[in-house]
Amino acid sequence: MIGAPPSPISVAELSATALTLRQRLVTTSATAKIPHLGSCLSCVELLVALYWQELRIDPAQPEDPDRDRFLLSKGHGAPILFKVLAERGFFPLERLEDFGKAGSVFHEHPPKPGYIPGVEAATGSLGHGLPMALGMALAARIQQRPTRCYALLSDGECNEGSIWEAALLAASQKVHSLTAIIDFNKWQATGRSQEVMALDPLAAKWEAFGWHAQEIDGHDFEAIAAALAAARAETERPSVIVAHTVKGKGVSFMEDDNNWHYRTPNSEELAAALAELEPF
Amino acid sequence: MRDAFAQEMTRLAAKRTDLALLSGDIGNRMFDRYKQVAPERFFNCGIAEANMMSVAAGMALSGLRPVIYTIAPFTTTRCLEQIRVGVAYHQAPVVIVGTGSGLSYAELGPTHHSLEDMAIMRTLPGLNVLAPADSAELVAQLRQALDAPHPTYMRIGKKGEPSLHSKSAELGIGKANLLREGSDLLVVGVGPILDEALQAAETVAQDGVSVAVASLSGVKPLDTAFLDAMAKRFQSWISLEEHGITGGLGSALLEWLSERKGTPVSLKRLGVPDAYLHELGNQSYTRCQLGLDAAGLAESIRQELVA
Repeated sequence: MIGAPPSPISVAELSATALTLRQRLVTTSATAKIPHLGSCLSCVELLVALYWQELRIDPAQPEDPDRDRFLLSKGHGAPILFKVLAERGFFPLERLEDFGKAGSVFHEHPPKPGYIPGVEAATGSLGHGLPMALGMALAARIQQRPTRCYALLSDGECNEGSIWEAALLAASQKVHSLTAIIDFNKWQATGRSQEVMALDPLAAKWEAFGWHAQEIDGHDFEAIAAALAAARAETERPSVIVAHTVKGKGVSFMEDDNNWHYRTPNSEELAAALAELEPF
Repeated sequence: MRDAFAQEMTRLAAKRTDLALLSGDIGNRMFDRYKQVAPERFFNCGIAEANMMSVAAGMALSGLRPVIYTIAPFTTTRCLEQIRVGVAYHQAPVVIVGTGSGLSYAELGPTHHSLEDMAIMRTLPGLNVLAPADSAELVAQLRQALDAPHPTYMRIGKKGEPSLHSKSAELGIGKANLLREGSDLLVVGVGPILDEALQAAETVAQDGVSVAVASLSGVKPLDTAFLDAMAKRFQSWISLEEHGITGGLGSALLEWLSERKGTPVSLKRLGVPDAYLHELGNQSYTRCQLGLDAAGLAESIRQELVA
């Protein structure tokens, strides 16, 4: 049965998990030629904090109706989500050996539920995950379930009008069981997110839309945990956590370099990246 | 038709706790009784159809049976991407109801005409596309759609449409019915415009021409058993839809005919020409202008039988 949130895990353990996931992610990107590496690296801590500390989920019962729901609204982050789900026990890590191969269900975006345990919705066309999570939160309210719903968005995704439509409805419906987390890595596919569309001040926009808004360092586990706890404590408004992150985080020559939105590492770059991702 | 929809939704909401109704800020007062019965399961989602569609998909993936209600173009083409990804691809059992379909709101102009919806919606795998001819057909289809494991799009009229089906007709999704028997030609159509066909059949009967009229009830799935039976009886067919001539009922019938073996059928497609309408009037005026009223249809029937 889905019960209380997971017991606390030390920051050292969370950091070790994040490091392992980054190693596997970079390796898969290089060997299977999977892009969106920078976008995946920027949200590793957010996903680790959610899946190991926050979500009330049981990998042995991935369809328990009382479970919390996590939707990767930024569906191009699927490569890191798949690593997280495997490491968290939703399916054996060996299944990811098929990643990117013809005929595999593991490709660049999450498929609809039923193909990969733990995946709650198909995303990849941006602006869908948050409204779907809102629908799931409203359903849980009607069904009187304890479910909380979480959606991880990219800053570029906040260009989509449907995100702001969802923001307005969630506020009018007072859906406090809904938490949006924005992986604010300051880049979208072809430019600085602030230059493409005037996102700043992003947290203030959400606040003005009626949300409980927090700004944190999205690579700081203690800050993430505190923000998620504050979101849970909110009893009126939906919550947004604007997580300041670095695209390509963890590999010095990828950090804040938007070429790694589409590029995949060659063998020398993979070796250099893995050398930086060694445990201390 | 829309009153029949609201009444049936109210009745069902009292019985089914999994039913939710999402409105795109229309239906003022229409859902007052529903809101009394199930206030916690009514959502005015505002003028934000893209979000509304994804919200409904999320609800359906969590075990609810959401029904979306707004004006046909706004619940189809306005949010097609959300229907394609959230509803159709996920096979989330949402019932999408488009009211005022076809030329119901002709005088409101092309922004409010829905002349592409059936064509576009029937390209989405796993989505039924229904077009009931009267309230009885609507109610039967709505009940079945809410028990189906897949999503549904249903285009309905506005209000005041006459009842066309007999009380004994077996109605439902993928069910066709003869509204009038005949022997010389078959008019096969969808939607409330079939009333015009029945009047046209009456008109030409005075000249000794015997026309059968059938409601196909939707364009996906097609009642192919019924169509096969009709193909054995009628060589001359006219398809009738208050919809653009491209991609809707007539096209669906041509696709079916192209796969069919057997005696040939001559099919004349009637619908709205492939153009936007600028000189506006109400629905009756517009049907008349386009030759889709009873008089225009009677003329088309005569021409088919001469040709």
